[in-house]
Amino acid sequence: MLKTDVVVIGAGAVGCAIARELSKYNVNVIVVDKNEDVGGDASKSNSAIIHTGYDAAPGTLESQLVVAANPMYDELCRDLDVPFKRIGAILPAITEEQFEKLPEIKAKAFRNHVYDVEYMSRDELLKMEPELNPEVKGGLYIPRESIIDPFILVQALAENAFANGVEFLLGAKVTDIKTENGKIKSVVTEKGEIETTYVINSAGLYCDEIAEMVDKADYKVVARKGQFYILDNKTSCKVNKIVLPIPTKITKGKLMCPTIHGNMLVGPTAEDQPSKTDKSTSTEGLDSIAKDVKNLVPNVNLRDTITQYSGLRPNRNPEGLNFNMYDDLFGYVNLSGVRSTGLTLSVAMGKYVVEQLLLSGAGFVLKDNFIKTRKGIIKFSEQTKEVQEELVKENPLYGNIVCRCETITEAEILDAIKRPLGAKSVDAVKRRVRAGMGRCQGGFCGPKVIEILARELKVSPEEINKNDPGSYMNVGRAR
Amino acid sequence: MYNINCDVAVIGGGPAGLAAAIAAKKEGAEKVLIIERDESLGGILQQCIHPGFGLTRFNEELTGPEYYSRFTEEVSSLGVEVLLNSMVLEVNDSEKTVICVNKEYGMTKVVAKSIVLAMGCRERTRANIVTPGTRPAGIYTAGSAQRLINRQNIMVGKKIVILGSGDIGMIMARRMTLEGANVVMVVELMDYLAGLTRNKVQCLDDFNIPLKTSHTITKIVGDKRVEGVYVAPVDENKKPILEKEEFVACDTVLFSVGLIPENELSKNAEVEICPVTNGPVVNQYMQTSKEAIFACGNVVHVNDLVDNVSAESEQAGKYAARLAMGSFPEKEKEIAVKTGRNVRYTCPHKLIKSNENEKVNLYFRVLAPEKSVKLIARCGEEIISSKKEYRVNPGEMNNLCIETAKISGNEIVIEALKEE
Amino acid sequence: MEKEIICTVCPRGCHIKVVGDDKNVQSLEGYGCKRGVDYATAEFISPVRILTTTVKIDGNDADLLPVRSNKPLPKDKLFECMEIIRKTSVKLPIKQYDVVISNICDSGADIVASKSVL
Repeated sequence: MLKTDVVVIGAGAVGCAIARELSKYNVNVIVVDKNEDVGGDASKSNSAIIHTGYDAAPGTLESQLVVAANPMYDELCRDLDVPFKRIGAILPAITEEQFEKLPEIKAKAFRNHVYDVEYMSRDELLKMEPELNPEVKGGLYIPRESIIDPFILVQALAENAFANGVEFLLGAKVTDIKTENGKIKSVVTEKGEIETTYVINSAGLYCDEIAEMVDKADYKVVARKGQFYILDNKTSCKVNKIVLPIPTKITKGKLMCPTIHGNMLVGPTAEDQPSKTDKSTSTEGLDSIAKDVKNLVPNVNLRDTITQYSGLRPNRNPEGLNFNMYDDLFGYVNLSGVRSTGLTLSVAMGKYVVEQLLLSGAGFVLKDNFIKTRKGIIKFSEQTKEVQEELVKENPLYGNIVCRCETITEAEILDAIKRPLGAKSVDAVKRRVRAGMGRCQGGFCGPKVIEILARELKVSPEEINKNDPGSYMNVGRAR
Repeated sequence: MYNINCDVAVIGGGPAGLAAAIAAKKEGAEKVLIIERDESLGGILQQCIHPGFGLTRFNEELTGPEYYSRFTEEVSSLGVEVLLNSMVLEVNDSEKTVICVNKEYGMTKVVAKSIVLAMGCRERTRANIVTPGTRPAGIYTAGSAQRLINRQNIMVGKKIVILGSGDIGMIMARRMTLEGANVVMVVELMDYLAGLTRNKVQCLDDFNIPLKTSHTITKIVGDKRVEGVYVAPVDENKKPILEKEEFVACDTVLFSVGLIPENELSKNAEVEICPVTNGPVVNQYMQTSKEAIFACGNVVHVNDLVDNVSAESEQAGKYAARLAMGSFPEKEKEIAVKTGRNVRYTCPHKLIKSNENEKVNLYFRVLAPEKSVKLIARCGEEIISSKKEYRVNPGEMNNLCIETAKISGNEIVIEALKEE
Repeated sequence: MEKEIICTVCPRGCHIKVVGDDKNVQSLEGYGCKRGVDYATAEFISPVRILTTTVKIDGNDADLLPVRSNKPLPKDKLFECMEIIRKTSVKLPIKQYDVVISNICDSGADIVASKSVL
């Protein structure tokens, strides 16, 4: 049986942030996840925005953590080599009714300690964002709302935790948690049992099922589906900032913003559903995005879409972000209600959880050899010609462009496969280097990526999956 | 940076690039260079192992490899130079340079007197047509699946539904069937066949594969691998009639929903792009809005016959060579080619009246199928070229021969008129 | 026996109604030209097709040799031919039009290489 001090369940943003924070201490940590790749579920399909918390419910843990997390990203993204941009958000009021709501929104931001929200006149907004609906009456500017590469954020946290000694047990669904005399004893996974003192349940969508195993499920996870469009980076109508609608009582609404890689992201819907796995898109959902976003940006060209996807936010019933430790069950930490703000607050949650463990008497001792930084995969397309020339000279595989839409080289793909916690599937490669993320959606590079994966992992092509086991890309050799 | 100088640089070694390079060399250009990203010449024809190529040009029914090898042999015998495994990153019109990257030479700068764009086209995807549902494994464009089976020895699946009755879709239906897969049906949104009738007969009817016209896939189902699709008939506005939706079990969906010119480099070179074809605007010399940049083949507009691609590309190569050698026709006047009744687009998009009297083959597509049609080219009310067709169809290219000397005024209108 | 045959000689695609038995055509209707008559007659009595596919290359799993029949084959023998082709592999080098399988299924046609692989 494996033995450790802490088991973190879930390798999404929150789980990996906690693991990285723990890796600053002399403590043994194993992260377990049912998926074959780090990155979680909700953490990999969301709006990729680092929020300020201006619109959170004041006084809540969610508000506290989001507001605390936002300023951490500049340094964290520098240290971990994560693409991140502070582009700011605008909240345009298109109708008189919306215009009258602005003071209330600004006051709420103030109560959340987000002090840098400013009023903008119609002219200022249109100058900032020429594609905005000219009917706009005025609005708010929230300068620190930012965009990030959510895949790379989680990979970077995980890789850095790994470099600092955290182990990852992937493709290992947790099937049971054993307790003894009011204490955690072990975590049983599909890949074996792990004896441990602490268990941190950061299982997102499935955190209620994990809580059930230790009889602490006094809530239910409600999956809230959000459908999105991604538009071609050459689409005819682009925005520079995150353009947010004025929220209604029911929903935060649908936004349009650039992604860190220059595409446009439009959505999401908000549809509660019983299934935690159904990530299908629907005509009604996609049509509703078109209708709503055209109110903000009338010329948005959804015919330039290169993909549509949906993500499931793990909402909680009763609502709200919760952190729980229990007097009658030593060593168990339960996180629930980590929803759309989860990506943002993950890094603050990492610190919060570790601090709470220390306060509760966990005698973790700081390491003196913590590695603070992580180098990402070099992006050939973003280098100057001189650097590109050097790269090809050093490694000729930089001269082999595999993904022509995003100009991704074979060297980058090999790095993605070979680095620690490397890619084992077509989508895992895509999430690391963007091969297949462009306008042809892998039509050209997909067959080549299958070939490279099979060669590097020394398996036959039919063993190559799109994602997790069962998602086989092909049925093998024809001859 | 590694430097290469040449007279004519051709980007792409598929059927268009091969024909252009050969024509340029034959016209007298001394140094002609083909830059190809693949490890071998032939382009998409390398995976088109089926017959049906060359009927117009060679009066023979050839397979893709046979067709292109006639050109590659000529490329080597004429001494056209070839740079393989080289991806072009940039085309610069003002400096007349092409920057490409290559494993062997690293970053390479090609300086040319004229440049021919011949990058071909790419496939539209499931996302382009916004097919709802999940995103499991087992969804391919027909061309990717064709590459996998014909060039990489990989079968994508066993039970297949194909969306789109274009030629690639139908050819893949036959190909997969011959390899033991079960092609359940071919679904077509329009009320007519998108590809050639002979392909319906030889690829679908021969194997009893049902073709469902006026139908579409309304939803893809499956969590990890495709488990099936919902198929529904569509109304006259192409909207699915959901009450009639039916589930069809399959493990693979192939999308054969159209091709679009590969226009990244064309845009990078800042040539004018035609909004209908998505390719560069060209004149009869296949010259783009930039004097030294020519374009040919599917990078300009998507052709249905490779024979046409070869013919059109020879024009591009010939005139690229003449420009490089300083013997380009002298332009007297530019004539706009306008689309009239039932014409979607024309290629070329404009004509040059020069010091030479020319016979120009003007290609165009109709908007909708029709029977008993008279195709005309007119300047004002004067018809300068015409032809009768028993039937026209958007899937089949039409053409008219125009003598530039007969053109009067500043524009020509091309029309497909219904004959009473 | 009556059969509707869609002519594939030209894009016009005439629907030709053919009446006859195994060996003879008694009547044809709906053709647009003489070529259509010939096509429909052949298609009615013994339809033939060019077969194109691939053959395994010895010692190389990830590449294939494209091949074709050098003459049209009886349509009803295509799957039988595929069975044989599937079991065949070739050694390199091979030149275009080299015979890979001669007289496949006693059809009189050979399966030949569509391209050279050195």
